[in-house]
Amino acid sequence: MPYAFLALGGVLLLAGSYIGLFVAPEERYMGDVYRIMYVHVPTAWNALLAFTTAFVCALAFLWKHDFRWDARHEAAVEGGVVLSGLLCIQGAIWAKPTWGVYWDWDPRLTTTAVMFFAFIGILALRRFVDDPVKRASWSAVSTIIAYVDVPIVYFSVRWWNSLHQMQSSPETVSAPFIIPLRTNAFGVLFLLIGLITLRARLALLRLENELAPPLPASRTALSAEGSR
Amino acid sequence: MTLQTGVDSSPAVVARGLSRRYGRRWALVDVSFELPRGRSLMLAGRNGSGKSTLLRVLASAIRPDHGAARMLGHDLLRERDLVRGCSALLSHASYLYEALTALENLQIAARFLGRPANRAALLPLLADVELDTRADDPVQTFSAGMRKRLALARTLLQDAELVLLDEPYGELDPPGFRLVDRLFATLRASGKSVLMATHLLDRGAALCDEGLVLDSGRLRWQGPARELPARGGLDPASLPEGGA
Amino acid sequence: MNGLLAALRKELLLQQRGAAQLFAVLVFGATALLLFSFAVGPNAELLRRIAPGLLWLALLLSSTLTLAESFQSEMEMKALEGQLLLPASPAALYYGKALSNWLQLTLLGVLLVPLMVALYDASLPRPLALLGVIALGAAGLSAPGTLYAAMTQQARSRQTLLPLLLFPLVVPVLIAAVKATALLMHGDPMGQLRPWVQLLGAFDAIHWSLCGLLFGRVVED
Repeated sequence: MPYAFLALGGVLLLAGSYIGLFVAPEERYMGDVYRIMYVHVPTAWNALLAFTTAFVCALAFLWKHDFRWDARHEAAVEGGVVLSGLLCIQGAIWAKPTWGVYWDWDPRLTTTAVMFFAFIGILALRRFVDDPVKRASWSAVSTIIAYVDVPIVYFSVRWWNSLHQMQSSPETVSAPFIIPLRTNAFGVLFLLIGLITLRARLALLRLENELAPPLPASRTALSAEGSR
Repeated sequence: MTLQTGVDSSPAVVARGLSRRYGRRWALVDVSFELPRGRSLMLAGRNGSGKSTLLRVLASAIRPDHGAARMLGHDLLRERDLVRGCSALLSHASYLYEALTALENLQIAARFLGRPANRAALLPLLADVELDTRADDPVQTFSAGMRKRLALARTLLQDAELVLLDEPYGELDPPGFRLVDRLFATLRASGKSVLMATHLLDRGAALCDEGLVLDSGRLRWQGPARELPARGGLDPASLPEGGA
Repeated sequence: MNGLLAALRKELLLQQRGAAQLFAVLVFGATALLLFSFAVGPNAELLRRIAPGLLWLALLLSSTLTLAESFQSEMEMKALEGQLLLPASPAALYYGKALSNWLQLTLLGVLLVPLMVALYDASLPRPLALLGVIALGAAGLSAPGTLYAAMTQQARSRQTLLPLLLFPLVVPVLIAAVKATALLMHGDPMGQLRPWVQLLGAFDAIHWSLCGLLFGRVVED
């Protein structure tokens, strides 16, 4: 099933990008450079979606103690990290011909960079903790704090930069631009769903390998209370 | 069996199917036993058999992966703070601050317990473990045996109904052994319930009422403590030299 | 919150014994300030302008030492577990430690200010307000820092892990504290100080409550 998502996502992304690159008209002020927004905006929406998914999975794990949520959490964080990394690269590609510099402290892009580092830190935390239970609890706590922090980071960077910058990453406005944008948005979304599902399966397999198999039945009856 | 919830009549420990893993390895497998209130239990077994794990689970320091227990009538998982309030654990780790003095370490614990924390109240406790002359020395100057004595004092300070001792004789010298024997007797005399893990089979058997042997996390034998050294099924190679 | 007072008194005792550590961290912070001026160059005008940023960078770097050390004594002999079993509530232990770290970081910041004034020819027209900003910023570092210190002290590669996790999170503190400090030192003709102080306050309020709630999951099994 995730492969269906991947296939569909790939097709949509190709279609949307084709339309965006060759069919959609030139933008009045920016020329052809604006076309990067056809991947940039979908990537941005989906990066935020990935991190929100990670946040929800973290909450679910802390509440339910079910390791499947931890596997999904790990997958969602990785997806978000990849997408936010891409976002920063795309932003640099757009900024250089437009403003002459690779990085211009745009609030949204800067917040993305901070999120990228915050969540890569969480992936590092997962790698350095061997006990699966601690790993799951600690990274869930870290994701919750990092996610709550995101709006604060955004506002602080925006106020900090407000004297210098107007909106500098590409915006969308009118109808001819919407179709390739929506197509690509769904394309990236389906790719993301497919990849996260596969990655979560992988994480779950690893968890099952790390945690011993269930106890063999024994002569005395096991009380059902208190099982994790 | 029906469990009474009245404080005075409930058993010290009712454990059912306790299991705990560390990663892939199951350290405790389906351990069930009961200990009536006011009785003492000796826990024996080879290194790595799960004695410390069992004591830590019962003290609520770690959670069981399966199973349940009631300590003095309180549910181990749902009433954890009540379990902690009525039990005290002497662990392998000393629970001490190296930079602080013996007295200060006890003062910290006393304050959390809501007990008097002044010198006059705590010095007698240090005297009981023969550390009163070292009350104002930092723990980092202590030998292993002295740290153990201080940890014992800290455990006794809690004045808990249920006392869990993980190898109390470890690191102590012969006078220290006799000290532990004395403290054990005092606990029994005041009606406390005691679980003690030890390698000193003969000594433990002389002090305790019940005995329990663990092997690879499973309950291997249970019965009166005096029968344990002979019938506990422990292979002679694991018995310590000169147990008394 | 069972045991907050006991936790605070414990922290007081530990701080008294750990004064040498505080001095060492102060020297580290002072060295950092010195090194920054070498990195920037002997340009008095430039140094004066960026002095607030350099002060907070020095404080941020020093905080990793203070925060990491604050849990070392708790984990060495498992003293923290011992307290949890008494029982003491995880929240009380957290707030005791976070307050202790906050005090240390505020003191550190205050002690670095004269050095900053000397090295960077900075001016101090409103010292009390600056104290307030330092206190608010230190609180912002202390709340998440204490939580992550408890975590990383139990993990491998603990020295790298703490800054890795903490630094992205405290970006708002850095931004707001530097801005507020700069406005206090260089003048604030348009009255922009208030929103920055409010941002610091909001960050502190959110993190002091959130981290206190989550601390139990970090230290209990």
